[in-house]
Amino acid sequence: MHEWALAEAILNSAKQIAEKEKLKQVTEITIMVGELQQVEPGILRFALQQMKTDLFKNTKFHILKAKSTLKCRVCGTTWQFDLKKLDSATAEAIHFVPEVAHSYIKCPKCGSPDFEIASGRGVWLENIEGAKYA
Amino acid sequence: MIDPRTSIIDERLRSIHQVVAVSSGKGGVGKSMVAAALALSLAKEGFRVGLFDLDFTGPSTHIILGVPRNLQPKEEKGIVPPTFQYLTYMSLVYYVGDNPAPMRGADISNALIELLSVTQWGKLDFLIIDMPPGIGDAVLDLARLVERIQFLIITTPSLLAFDVVKKQLALLCELKLPIIGVVENMKIDKTNTIAEQTLDLGLKYLGFIPFDREVEAAIGNPTKLLCTAMGKAMPQIKKALVAKKW
Repeated sequence: MHEWALAEAILNSAKQIAEKEKLKQVTEITIMVGELQQVEPGILRFALQQMKTDLFKNTKFHILKAKSTLKCRVCGTTWQFDLKKLDSATAEAIHFVPEVAHSYIKCPKCGSPDFEIASGRGVWLENIEGAKYA
Repeated sequence: MIDPRTSIIDERLRSIHQVVAVSSGKGGVGKSMVAAALALSLAKEGFRVGLFDLDFTGPSTHIILGVPRNLQPKEEKGIVPPTFQYLTYMSLVYYVGDNPAPMRGADISNALIELLSVTQWGKLDFLIIDMPPGIGDAVLDLARLVERIQFLIITTPSLLAFDVVKKQLALLCELKLPIIGVVENMKIDKTNTIAEQTLDLGLKYLGFIPFDREVEAAIGNPTKLLCTAMGKAMPQIKKALVAKKW
């Protein structure tokens, strides 16, 4: 699953941060999952648990969903991404590469495909906490 | 707020021996044709080759190769690109089809990072990347994110094209990025201007590809493409890649 590749990237990135901050254990990671990419939190959590190394032995993974807001660059209209308005093939394409939304979604007011993904695009790390070496 | 994707890109490309961006500061010089012909030619010699179309707003390698519409990547701990004509082939067309993809710079960067971070290429001898024209987001992102990137530069004999290409060469030199050399495509007369100017810049002139009307007729037919003057010119370009430390 695509979520496995993202989980691997999350753990790799968290490991790099832990090394930089000299953490011996990572205790908590808060992961934001943007609505646009439709990442399945259950699969992501399972992948994180399966792939984690000793550094993440006692890590609590908090996976939070973030609303996706789109803003038209032509008329300034702001609207919420609505998965229910898409067919399954389009939803799947956006799941793999959220930017392809520009090929399928138009501004509800002026019809332009020139919009900004203002929030809730993909997956990002919001916070990492851990215990430092004494 | 940390984007975790960039941290995994080198890992994804670790089993690839050479990553080659076929690039040009100027559009319309035949980058995609050269990238496809080079990839096909290397694969024909038995190398494991991937072809990645990074020209998101104007992809064309799928047309050059005649990739069937039903070909799709597999989902397996990421995206596993399908094999076509012995090439591991990846393109945004799998996700946009015939629809236009009107993306601005930030979108192009995000799509590029997404595909680099989730695509599982496996073991390859060469990953050939068909770049969009210019020295914008894709060039700067590859320079920033792909540690082992090398550039193969395409120009035409036109001084208009080469003047823009020289700006790209100056940028790549400034960024200390490896340039394999310059290829002169669609050559009609026998002037040596491009070769001389390339050598004056201290760079390798890898040779020329004669203008051949049959190249257009070979679109969609990889076997035919390798029989054109372009296909026949590939060995001299391949030599520059294969000669690199193995």
